[in-house]
Amino acid sequence: MEDESREIKLTDDEQELLNELLDDSAKLSETGESRRQFLRNVSAASAAILATQMLAEQKITAYTPTENVSGASYAIENGVKVVMKVNGAEKSLNVDSRMTLLDALRERLELTGSKKGCDHGQCGACTVIIEGRRVLSCLTLAATCEGKEVTTIEGLAKGDALHPMQAAFIKHDGFQCGYCTPGQICSAVALLSEAKNGEASYVTADVRTKARAVQLSDEEIRERMSGNICRCGAYPNIVAAIKEVHTGKDVAQTWQFAGETGVAIFENAEMNKEGA
Amino acid sequence: MRPFKYTKVNDAANAVQAVAANANSKFLAGGTNILDLMKEDVERPDVLVDITQLNLTQIKTVSEGVNKGGVSIGGLGKNTDAANHPLIRQNFPLLTQAILAGASAQIRNMATNGGNLNQRTRCSYFYDVAMPCNKREPGTGCGALEGVNRMHAVFGWSNDCVAVHPSDMCVALVALDAVVKVQGTDGAERRIPFIDYHRLPGNTPQKDNNLNQGELITAIEIPKNNYADKSYYLKVRDRASYAFALVSVAAALEINGNKIKQARVAMGGVAHKPWRATEAEKFLTGKEATEANFKQAAEMEMKQAKQLEYNKFKVELGKRAIVRALMQAMNGGKV
Repeated sequence: MEDESREIKLTDDEQELLNELLDDSAKLSETGESRRQFLRNVSAASAAILATQMLAEQKITAYTPTENVSGASYAIENGVKVVMKVNGAEKSLNVDSRMTLLDALRERLELTGSKKGCDHGQCGACTVIIEGRRVLSCLTLAATCEGKEVTTIEGLAKGDALHPMQAAFIKHDGFQCGYCTPGQICSAVALLSEAKNGEASYVTADVRTKARAVQLSDEEIRERMSGNICRCGAYPNIVAAIKEVHTGKDVAQTWQFAGETGVAIFENAEMNKEGA
Repeated sequence: MRPFKYTKVNDAANAVQAVAANANSKFLAGGTNILDLMKEDVERPDVLVDITQLNLTQIKTVSEGVNKGGVSIGGLGKNTDAANHPLIRQNFPLLTQAILAGASAQIRNMATNGGNLNQRTRCSYFYDVAMPCNKREPGTGCGALEGVNRMHAVFGWSNDCVAVHPSDMCVALVALDAVVKVQGTDGAERRIPFIDYHRLPGNTPQKDNNLNQGELITAIEIPKNNYADKSYYLKVRDRASYAFALVSVAAALEINGNKIKQARVAMGGVAHKPWRATEAEKFLTGKEATEANFKQAAEMEMKQAKQLEYNKFKVELGKRAIVRALMQAMNGGKV
């Protein structure tokens, strides 16, 4: 509990706000309404708001979930117990048989990095890595993940050190809105090991010769990343980021923050004229 | 999604019993198609029987029987593993290319080989529960017959259904004379030639294939062949990648001297089942492997095509795709 007798120190901004408020109430009293009446009105309004809220809460808590409940505040039908490892930590859940891995991650484990884009396996925003393989968490039932090792975007960095793919996406500006990015990065991380294993793609020149590890051209990267849609169209930058991590060679950054000369143009009076 | 019971089984016999016992239960393998359909309310199973723990993932050389020396692919193996297995890449590159032409890396990592055969059409009328569809709800009519039918069939369709089978993998499998091995309720093995596995719609479009309720695909066998040097899978689609085929062609040739000893041509995106282009094959046998002969073979195959209002383009596209796939096959299947 706060110590009510403690003197409250206001910041300058807060003091200014308070003065304005007192000023307003003074004006009110000038128009015939006493300051006391004003405060009474304010209290009544607050009580009304509070009462509405309490009524709403009562209504919510009056809802009784059906029998299959696991302490959660919503109903679970056909509950399935599942224990999986998520980003290295063991997680035990009782899930509705219908719950997808994506919803389990986001709604139950508070890992909201993986995104729900289309929820039908067409966009790749929900891509996570299970047992080293990239998969779609929106088309994976949580119930089927018993004993599985799941890695999400939250599990890629080591403390404050970003995964090289995360760092490369920043360097190359591999996103605009960022919604597809966690899926893009998980997908790209798995792609690296697929290339290392010599796996082929539809654009691989000759699938019969199995190289130990494949060097991916831009065309190969594009084909292998085709399951991840980016509505902002950051594809060239995504390819550059993946290429840099895949080859281990620096790929030139194609953008930079505007320098003094770059900014100067906007200070041109002619250009800033109305209608210019 | 409607509520359903989820159960897990550890051996094939239990899996078969569990699904055979309830007409409204289904196997759950990769889940990439059935979960999507359940979210759309197209599929409404009461029970899903998780079969992912069954030991049916092996890829190995067939050691006995008619397909001795060929390859056996486990029904529950993942598409990615089938495509990349050295036995497949070396001896059946057509299958590798076809698998890799389908879906995305994520989906191929999830989807199983058996599940690929049993995936359902992507016809938009089938997917939209507000639309008539004889496949989804027999007797309601076919919305696509006189509707938006750009993606639909030009071969073997009926007035009841003009949908196409969406698989790429299956187009290669039908070309390579594969055999589907299934286990039934009596525990015995049934062998279904790939060409007889899927069905044409007729007046029962609700039945995609000839599998009985509860029957489980344990493996797919491909006989040994001499096509590895000259085969190619061509897929033509609206996007460069990650889209279903408008038309696809699996082409494989065995050349003796300057003559074609045997030809295999199959098409995707054109029929209710992976379409074996037998007219083209018959014409090519014994002929020289020239572009002119490929063109004539394509003409003969596409002569049987029956176009719908919005898919007329598939007839000419089909011809050109057959020619290009055969030319690429002659080029050693290199991209």
